[in-house]
Order: sequence, then structure tokens, then C-alpha cells
Amino acid sequence: MKDFVESVLRGIGTGSVYALLGLGFVIIYKATRVISFAQPAFMLAGAVLVTYLVGPLGFFLGLAAAAVLTGGLALGVERLAVRPMIGRPVFTVAIITLGIDIAVRVVVNAAIGLDVRQVGDPWGLKVWKLPGGVQVEQRHVAMVLTTAVLIALLFVFFRYTRTGLAMRAASYDQEAALAQGVSVGAVFALSWALAGALAAVAGTFAAVGGSVSESLWLIALTALPVIILGGLDSLPGAVIGGLAVGTVQELTATYQGSLPWLGGNISVVTPYVVMFLVLLVRPYGLFGTREVERV
Amino acid sequence: MLRVQNLEVVYDDVMLVLRGVSLQVPPGRIVALLGANGAGKTTLLRALSGLLGVHDGAITKGAVTLDEKPIHRLRPAAVVRRGVTQVMEGRRTFAELTVEENLRLGAHTRPKGRAEALERMYGLFPVLAQRRGSVAGYLSGGEQQMLAMGRALMSDPAYLLLDEPSLGLAPRLVEQVRDLIVQINRAGTGVLLVEQNATMALSIAEHGYVLETGKVVLDKPAAELLADDDIREFYLGRAERSFRDVKHYKRRKRWLS
Ligand SMILES: Nc1ncnc2c1ncn2[C@@H]1O[C@H](COP(=O)(O)OP(=O)(O)OP(=O)(O)O)[C@@H](O)[C@H]1O
Ligand SMILES: [Mg+2]
Repeated sequence: MKDFVESVLRGIGTGSVYALLGLGFVIIYKATRVISFAQPAFMLAGAVLVTYLVGPLGFFLGLAAAAVLTGGLALGVERLAVRPMIGRPVFTVAIITLGIDIAVRVVVNAAIGLDVRQVGDPWGLKVWKLPGGVQVEQRHVAMVLTTAVLIALLFVFFRYTRTGLAMRAASYDQEAALAQGVSVGAVFALSWALAGALAAVAGTFAAVGGSVSESLWLIALTALPVIILGGLDSLPGAVIGGLAVGTVQELTATYQGSLPWLGGNISVVTPYVVMFLVLLVRPYGLFGTREVERV
Repeated sequence: MLRVQNLEVVYDDVMLVLRGVSLQVPPGRIVALLGANGAGKTTLLRALSGLLGVHDGAITKGAVTLDEKPIHRLRPAAVVRRGVTQVMEGRRTFAELTVEENLRLGAHTRPKGRAEALERMYGLFPVLAQRRGSVAGYLSGGEQQMLAMGRALMSDPAYLLLDEPSLGLAPRLVEQVRDLIVQINRAGTGVLLVEQNATMALSIAEHGYVLETGKVVLDKPAAELLADDDIREFYLGRAERSFRDVKHYKRRKRWLS
């Protein structure tokens, strides 16, 4: 029982990182109908920026600054490299984003250098003890709380602000939004900026308790099954998908010892297995809309 | 004055759809634009509102001016800001958003006057006030048309471009839409009314144009057009003889046949 509860808590912690990444993918997808494979690079860029900013600014301010800077970087990349491709086949644009990912990562890797770079968070691997001997890692609590705050902010943004409303409208019918005077270009740019900022936070939290390295990229890869299982165009889907994948992954990691014939690393594969099972039952993901299939 | 001068529009670099169209909408007046399917009415409205780009269309000749200033190179948002707003064919309300959100979006270019404009719209369209919290996708066709018009009016345009507002509506609703257009116009908004329902359009318009395969073929006061034999035959279906040829005749809109 203790193992179970601890795995679930860990799962929700790592799952909230997946949720943040997934939200970024979905925001870009809803605005532009493109899956951006550049998200992993922004995740890495954000974490590396934090390692540089934590000295002068401290962790929290550093994280906020890194999120803003990464958002700005993503906005610039969209404007320079993605916008000119609008109207090309979706596949072409997706490949362009893959190219962007590689380019940004090359630059960021140079910035990592040979040292061990840490994000300088206050939690490390410290734990809190709960009743019943259950231990919960502080970093996981921090991840969940941060994610919850960001989700609440996004909700308010999309529900109540003029710009958020314009983004929702443009996502539903671009031409009709244009006809009301919405600048669809600004919507594209903003979607990339938001996704970049979210990726920066996700990347930083993924590096908490360890160090920043190129292997963060593997975590970003997990966001793909997350969004496909949640439904490509659903923000709640990205959150629930992220939490579900995180939890299943941790549970498998904990209990795979009792199923030795599965081998030692099955938890890495579980996101894809979950995605596969969900798609069997619900071809558009848990919360996806049907129309998405036609795009 | 909203003026179209000798306008040529091409789709996909090759399809010449408007071939030198000229027309004008004086401020505060209703002008009707009639024409068979595919004549280029929607294309003309897109040229006015800056939406040609979305369809790979481009203006290759001529100009659109608003009070003598050219507006045909502006982006859609800039055109809306200058006071020309289009209600697209088929309503195109945002089905996933609520009625009120649809209206709020209409004021995207004018956030300051939003609350006041919202009250004005609820006064003009009491149905929308009742359903302000419900999702637009659940509205009936007539309500959607009102929502689309209300949304466009939220930007407080000097000129409203209406693309077939009566399309697919029952006769009583057509009358209601017609009365609303008159009311909107009385409040000072100029209206360019694209219609297949010629009787309805000409009954409220001051002037009318008939477009055929990208050219203006008739340009007369509405009362004269209404009395015109060709128009009567072609649009009102009084005679079985065709306007130009039988094929053309058959291209009339659904509800006339
Ligand atoms: N995006 C487009 N690309 C290429 N051709 C187009 C496009 N949109 C319209 N056309 C063509 O331009 C011509 C005029 O179309 P338009 O939609 O302006 O006609 P319309 O008068 O509005 O017709 P309707 O009464 O059916 O709405 C038609 O021949 C149509 O096939
Ligand atoms: Mg049309």
C-alpha cells in the first residue's frame, strides 16, 4: 500500500511535467493545426537559461525570467521560420519544426558545455513524511502546485481575456475570426510564445533533483503519446493525459519487478501502450473532437 | 462613400472572377447586389473586407476606396477598424463559444465600447439576450443569422456587408431579417446587401446592381429593377422562359425552384 501511494504521488508529480509539455503542444496545434516538434528544444533551452539565471536572480525569479525569455525565443522562431511556411502542407511544416528543434538544441547544447549544470532549486531530493510512513518528494509537490497555478492562469486567460477569446475563436474558424478583426498572425505568434514558456517550466522541473542534459529530450518525447491520448485539440485532455501517463509509468516502474518476464525497462514503453489502448476505444483520444481527424 | 472602381480579382493566379466591377455604397444607404450562383458576389465582398488572401485570391486591377482613401491593400483587421465589416455567407458563428462570447469577439477591434455595444445588440436582438449564456452551436438558423449580424455590428461599422442573410430561412424569418436590416440602416449604418432573394433585397434597397460572371450588367435604382421584366423573370420565376439560356436559369438558388 505504501509503495502504491508513493508511486501514485510520484506519478502525479512527473505527470504534471508531461501535462505542461502537452499543453504547449495542444495550444500550438489549436492555433495553427501543426504539431510542433520544436517543443523539446524549448524545454531544454528553458532549463539551461535557469541554470544561468539562478545565480543572479534566485530560483523562482530565474524560472520566471527563463519562461519569458524562452517564450520570446519561441515567438521569434515562429515569426522567422514557421510563419513563411503557412499554407504549405501540414507535414512540411511539422518537418520544419523538427529542423528548428535540432538547430535550437545544437545551440543550447553548446551552452551546457562540459560542466554539470543544475537548476539550483530549493528541493533537490528532499522528502516530506506523511502519516503511515508514506514519503512524498518535495519536488513533486512543487511540480503539482506550479502546474495547478499555470493551468488556472491559462483558464482565466482563455476564458476571460480579449486575446484569449480571440485565440479560441481563431482556433475554431480562422476566416471568421479574421473577419471580426482578429490578427491571426498574432494568434500564431502568441501560441508559440505560450508553448515555449510552458516548455521552459516543464524542462526546469524535469531537471530538478538532477542536472540539465540533452536527455531531457526523452521526457519531451513522452508528451506525444500524452497529447494523442488526451485528444490533440483538448487542453483538459493534455492535463489528464499527462497525469495518467505519469501515474501509469511510475506504477509500472514500481511493480515491474513482480513481472520479470516483461524485462527491466517496461515503464519507458507504457505511455505508448496506454495511448494504443485508448485509441482502440476512442480514435480521437479521450477528449478530442471528431473534426480533428479530417485535418 | 464606399466605392469599388474597375475591380479585377483573380483566384489562384489564373481564374479571373471579377472583370472590372464598379459600384458604390453611399453612407447610410442600402445597396443591393444581385446575381446568380458563381457570379462573383461573395468574391466582391471578400475584396472589400480583405479576406481574398485566405482564398488565394488577389486584386489585379482597380481599387476599393473608403471616403476616397484606398483600403484594398489593408489586412482584414485594419479594414474592420476603418469601419467596414462583413457578415459571411453561412453565418459562420463560433459554435463552441457562447452567444455573449461571439458578440464580445465582434468588438475585438473596439474593446473600449464593448459593454455599451453589447447592451445595444441585446436591445436590437432580444432573442440573443435571452440566450446569451448558451453555446452558439445550439441556436436556430434565424438566431444564428442575428448573432452573425450582431457580432459584426459590435465593431460599430459605418458599412455592413451582408452576404445572403436570408439564405435557408423560412419566409417569416426572412421578413424579420429584412426588418432588422432596415432598423440597422436607420441607425446610420450603410449596407451592401448581397442577396438571391431579389424581392426582399430590392424592397428595402435604394439602389441595385446585378452581377453576372464577374461583370455588372444592370445598375439602376431599386424600384426600377423591381419593375424590370428581365429581373422579374429571372429572379421571381414568373415566366418559364430563361433569362439568357436554360442552363443559366437552372443555376438559381434552391428556394426559387
Ligand atoms: N477560393 C476560390 N478559389 C477558386 N475559385 C473560387 C474560389 N472561390 C470562388 N471561386 C470561383 O469564383 C466564382 C465566383 O464565386 P463567388 O463565391 O464569388 O460567387 P457568388 O456570386 O457568391 O455565388 P453564390 O451565390 O453561389 O454564393 C465562382 O466561379 C467560383 O467557383
Ligand atoms: Mg456567395
